[in-house]
Amino acid sequence: MPEPYRNFASKVVPLPAENVDTDQVVPARYLKITDKAGLADVLFRDWRFEEDGSLKDPPFVLDRPGMKGRAILLVGDNFGTGSSREHAPWALEAWGVRAVISTGFADIFRNNALKNGVLPIAIDPITHARLFELVGADPDAELRVDLAEQGILLPDGTTIDFDVDPFAKLMLLRGTDEIGYVLDKLPAIEAWEATHPARVDTREDAPAAS
Amino acid sequence: MEQRPRTLVEKIWDDHVVVADEGAPSVLAVDLHLVHEVTSPQAFTGLRQRGLKVRHPERTVATADHSVPTTPRGLPFLDPLAAAQVQQLDTNCREFGIPLHGIGDPSQGIVHVIGPQLGLTQPGMTIVCGDSHTSTHGAFGALAFGIGTSEVEMVLATQTLLQRKPKTYEVRVDGRLTAGVSAKDIILALIARIGIGGGTGHVFEYRGEAIRALTMEQRMTICNMSIEGGARAGLIAPDDTTFEYLHGRTHAPHGPAWDLAVETWRRLPTDDWAAFDRSIAIDASALEPMVTYGTNPGMGIPITSRVPDPAAASDPAHGRALEKALAYMDLTPGQAILGQPVDVVFIGSCTNGRISDLRLAAAALKDRHVAPNVRMMIVPGSDEVKREAEREGLHEIFRAAGAEWREAGCSMCIAMNGDQLAPGQYAVSTSNRNFEGRQGKGGRTFLASPLTAAASAVAGMVADPRLLPGIEAVAGIGGR
Ligand code: SF4
Repeated sequence: MPEPYRNFASKVVPLPAENVDTDQVVPARYLKITDKAGLADVLFRDWRFEEDGSLKDPPFVLDRPGMKGRAILLVGDNFGTGSSREHAPWALEAWGVRAVISTGFADIFRNNALKNGVLPIAIDPITHARLFELVGADPDAELRVDLAEQGILLPDGTTIDFDVDPFAKLMLLRGTDEIGYVLDKLPAIEAWEATHPARVDTREDAPAAS
Repeated sequence: MEQRPRTLVEKIWDDHVVVADEGAPSVLAVDLHLVHEVTSPQAFTGLRQRGLKVRHPERTVATADHSVPTTPRGLPFLDPLAAAQVQQLDTNCREFGIPLHGIGDPSQGIVHVIGPQLGLTQPGMTIVCGDSHTSTHGAFGALAFGIGTSEVEMVLATQTLLQRKPKTYEVRVDGRLTAGVSAKDIILALIARIGIGGGTGHVFEYRGEAIRALTMEQRMTICNMSIEGGARAGLIAPDDTTFEYLHGRTHAPHGPAWDLAVETWRRLPTDDWAAFDRSIAIDASALEPMVTYGTNPGMGIPITSRVPDPAAASDPAHGRALEKALAYMDLTPGQAILGQPVDVVFIGSCTNGRISDLRLAAAALKDRHVAPNVRMMIVPGSDEVKREAEREGLHEIFRAAGAEWREAGCSMCIAMNGDQLAPGQYAVSTSNRNFEGRQGKGGRTFLASPLTAAASAVAGMVADPRLLPGIEAVAGIGGR
């Protein structure tokens, strides 16, 4: 079950690609697992490795010296489009990513990320461009992510504010997962079901022709 | 009390809210939960760890589609991982009492093909699946969307989901399609216009004369790719076309219950004067066959156009993205897309793997031959589609044309099962995603309609289906 999400400071992994789809985050051929093992190794697999398994030359940003251990991924517009695979945030989390910063996220990716301790932070395009500039000028700049305060603290002492769904924030800060929350509502669900008959029965065989 | 005018989406939403606590997302009841082998195993593991049961196995249905081979069913799985995953689905369904249409079951097929085919997908329902193309079921006027595996676990355990009410986006398509232009071209044109993030946070409602004129299968093609426009769901109001399709299907209401259901469904369409958060209008009569040239579904152009030039892009980030896409595709800015040689043509997937799609392909392939440089794979969306095609003799036309006629599954749409492009190969594909590596590592995809795909297979290069002799007769062929 999830841990409470704590504030942290980290250097940044910059990946200035827009519309990164979840097929790039974890290619489909690695979706044949029935658990969550080994996903850190296949994160951005086809951008990182050659056919024979050796690293690309020059290496993809994740594999450059000093990148391992960084918890902030700074990406281009509209991150996480495409497939609903939760393997994408699982892989990011397994590699060590705790926040992804973009100007926007695909709906399903955002939901999935929030459930796995990976905070999707959407900021406006101008601030986003400034952040890329900052990291370009000082690749080792350290940012501090404060979820409770909804701010990213920059090295110069200024803060970038961000929005987050208040409910998702509460779940993250408490380390509660949503299933527990909904299970507490079971009496209400039972009451609702009592007045709303099922619309289909998936077990039924073909009824006699009417 | 006079009710405020509401959209179709709002009506379905209001009908399914179980709890709406201040500040929290609503607890939304789920009528139908579809399950497949790839996005469910970890959810069942979660249930076991918590000691939970599946709350409504009888509102849940499973199939194996993504990683199943499309070679003859008697042959073994070559991939032990895929075999284990399909086996795990079987174990999970047995343990939790979920009906499974697995390999060998006459109802097996792509999850978004079998739901409608079995009559499980019905107007006014909420439908979810751990799969982004769940939007397909919106064609019936259902609120249907993809979810992640944590949410799959939530729905298994509670038959509900935590959701914020989505915004609404009206997509109005008026005018009449011309011969050789099809539903696939409407949706590719929409995505090319608004971009792959254009519908984020919204649900599309497709309306207008051109939408009303479509068959259910064509409507499914459109709703299917809502997610490629960034919208989690896309709906079409139910009408007589919908009811006619559903009537008599296995899980559709029967007898007096049918009449009652139709009466309820007739109240679903968006009220006059209901407001949408956003709107766009498309003129169907001005559309040409569409084809993508890049590495996301928004990179699409009318088939007679030229590949755009990154240097002319509106902003530098777009220019870089375009440059990267063209480098991956090995295409030159300004080149024609017509005449681009192709190695593989794939007809299938939850977008275009239904019987009407196969009929179109057959009409285009009849008495013709696939070009010698092209491998053409035709993969029915379900076992039922396969049987129907064979009853109609379509498979004979495909084989005579030199195409491969295979078993049902997702196949080369996602390339998890061994059906894939070799690095550098070009494919015209009727599926929905042209992301880097989607159809095989290093493979290059042109998304298009079944007609364009079939015309391209014959020509050995990207070809305009409007130039096929007899196209006027072909264009009218629809699904049931
Ligand atoms: S056919 Fe393709 S898009 Fe459709 S469910 Fe299968 S893998 Fe997904």
